[in-house]
Amino acid sequence: MTHDELHEKAEAERARQAGFAKRVRCCTASGCQACGAGEVHKAFEVAIEQHDKDDTIEVVPTGCMGLCGQGPLVTVEAPGGEVLYEQVTPALAGRIVVEHLQGGTPVAEIVVDTSVPFFAAQTKIVNENSGKIDATRIEAYLAAGGYAGLAKALGELQPGQVIDEIRASGLRGRGGGGYPTGLKWAITRKVEQEQKYVVCNADEGDPGAFMDRSVLESDPHRVLEGMAIAGYAVGATQGYIYVRAEYPLAIERLKTAIRQAERQGLLGNRILESSFSFRIDIRVGAGAFVCGEETALLRSIEGRRGRPRPRPPYPSESGLFGKPTVINNVETFANVAPIIRNGGAWFAGIGTPKSAGTKVFALAGKIRNTGLIEVPMGIPLRTIVFDIGGGTPEGTTFKAAQTGGPSGGCIPAAHLDLPVDYESLQAVGSIMGSGGLIVMDSTSSMVDVARYFMEFSMDESCGKCIPCRVGTVQLHGLLDKLTHGDATAADLELLEELCVMVKETSLCGLGQAAPNPVLSTLRFFRDEYLAVLQPAERS
Amino acid sequence: MARTERAMTATKPAPAAHPSGDKRFKLLDRAINLHQGNGHALIEVLHTAQNVFGFLEDDVLLYIAHALKRPLSQVYGVATFYHYFRLKPAGEHTFILCQGTACYVKGAPQLQKAVEHRCRARFGETTKDGKVSLLTARCVGSCGLAPVAVVDGQMASKMSEADALARLNAWLGDDGKAGAP
Repeated sequence: MTHDELHEKAEAERARQAGFAKRVRCCTASGCQACGAGEVHKAFEVAIEQHDKDDTIEVVPTGCMGLCGQGPLVTVEAPGGEVLYEQVTPALAGRIVVEHLQGGTPVAEIVVDTSVPFFAAQTKIVNENSGKIDATRIEAYLAAGGYAGLAKALGELQPGQVIDEIRASGLRGRGGGGYPTGLKWAITRKVEQEQKYVVCNADEGDPGAFMDRSVLESDPHRVLEGMAIAGYAVGATQGYIYVRAEYPLAIERLKTAIRQAERQGLLGNRILESSFSFRIDIRVGAGAFVCGEETALLRSIEGRRGRPRPRPPYPSESGLFGKPTVINNVETFANVAPIIRNGGAWFAGIGTPKSAGTKVFALAGKIRNTGLIEVPMGIPLRTIVFDIGGGTPEGTTFKAAQTGGPSGGCIPAAHLDLPVDYESLQAVGSIMGSGGLIVMDSTSSMVDVARYFMEFSMDESCGKCIPCRVGTVQLHGLLDKLTHGDATAADLELLEELCVMVKETSLCGLGQAAPNPVLSTLRFFRDEYLAVLQPAERS
Repeated sequence: MARTERAMTATKPAPAAHPSGDKRFKLLDRAINLHQGNGHALIEVLHTAQNVFGFLEDDVLLYIAHALKRPLSQVYGVATFYHYFRLKPAGEHTFILCQGTACYVKGAPQLQKAVEHRCRARFGETTKDGKVSLLTARCVGSCGLAPVAVVDGQMASKMSEADALARLNAWLGDDGKAGAP
């Protein structure tokens, strides 16, 4: 494919779409599918087949629309604007076709008010196409401006200039670490080696996080485009996406996307008739949380046990098969194409000076609006929980927000006005993490939550280094004792001491961060720990 | 010269059919050949093997070790390291309970207790009659719909105790003796 052909293809698809006066977009991401979106989609097709004689209505299966707790979600585009429906059933689908699409009156009882902060307070970059385009058709992505970033990079920019744009954008790793992406790429580019790799970490293991799943299911080409741009920038010809086996739909859509991109000459040899070649292969994980750690993930791609190794050398210099490797997570790659398309300065203008751009969060737990949101960095936590999330359910009060999963911490009500960026979260003992945000209300016991996370880290410890392997078991034992009311003040002291030891001496991120949930709950909810000590020990 | 060429092609993939004559090994061979018998593809090949055979029995692991020219200890090591791989046959039905944080906060532990009580088996085990395998998942990424279970491959959202028990009763029969020795 040439640049002109790319342009023509996009134009042709836009013209085809414009041929339909009305459109029904059905969410078919896994969240909604679990509530029966498959049948709803079919019901629309059947009803439209029946009622729409002159072919003016198109039914499009799309990705996530965000409000996952109220699925299946459906958006209807008709003269008079877009209407979002929640909890649609096959029967209601029939009514929507007759009453709204044909009659012009929306089915009021299931209409979602999209002027509320849940929708209005969001800024979408990563999810700009999510819920809008058909994730299984490359044409839909092209029509939405897809692969224009790759075309611009190959046609107008030198690899060094691509890296300069990424650096100027201030993009930082969205997997939780927050390392500047441009710097990472620059290091790999500098190493002189024939073979280099680009790896996408889609092993979204943090419980409570589903941002990457959603991106892969809703807009897989965006990730491929980002990886190809990275490949061009650093001089790699081979990419791997490491996806969890728990995400079958994401794997299927990625496979489809890769096949389509190869057929269109947007992946493979001599992309867009340039001298740049880039292939992407999928590697399916097998259920080991530690493989989210970059060195463990690379081992796993090599077909070995996912055990981390000490760094340095960092993967940027010596990664997959000992070659220089750029490794970023899904959301980071998803930001790359828009940055190249619109320029680094545009991206740097969103968010805060030190944390540019947006962040996708998965809202879950004791909160009214559960689902996926994308907000500019630096937004106050209060806005996320109370405005966008709608607060805690009736009759309960907010107690803490948990970010960063088993590696993060709990942020109490006193810090609700904290701006959400890398540094601020770290300052209160939590981390940005990959984006899971779980709200706990007055019914959640913080000691129990800490025990839950420690059990997780204990089970998932790979066993390579002693502080993590033994330390997590001991910590879990102490927390268990606490939740059973058998602990003494000495146990509590030991718990704290051990936390610091495990944190400081473990080999990889898993062990180093495992004590975080305990330390942060001890910091903000110490009274809860004291209250469950043996009666004689409470003081 | 011609001879060496022939000898070289003869040693390339195309492993001999498995002596048992089990057709499923052909599917496994296809996966192995797809990766040119490269040892790096071990995890991919194990995935295929588990899909084809349902679980990874010793014989299959041996076969894979030979085909990929990896020591059996390494193949076994990888198969046991990752939670996803099963070394024992699964039950007729599977009930996977998500143990993610959102599910935890929304009552997965209570659900777990009820299910274990009904099946008289712990999560990670299969009922004695081989009907139901109880498994846990770390997080299936549908946290908005917590608590979530994956029932025979289908995601079930906002699962209540009654829902779970109804499904189990349908599999185990209503006699309540399903798991009894």
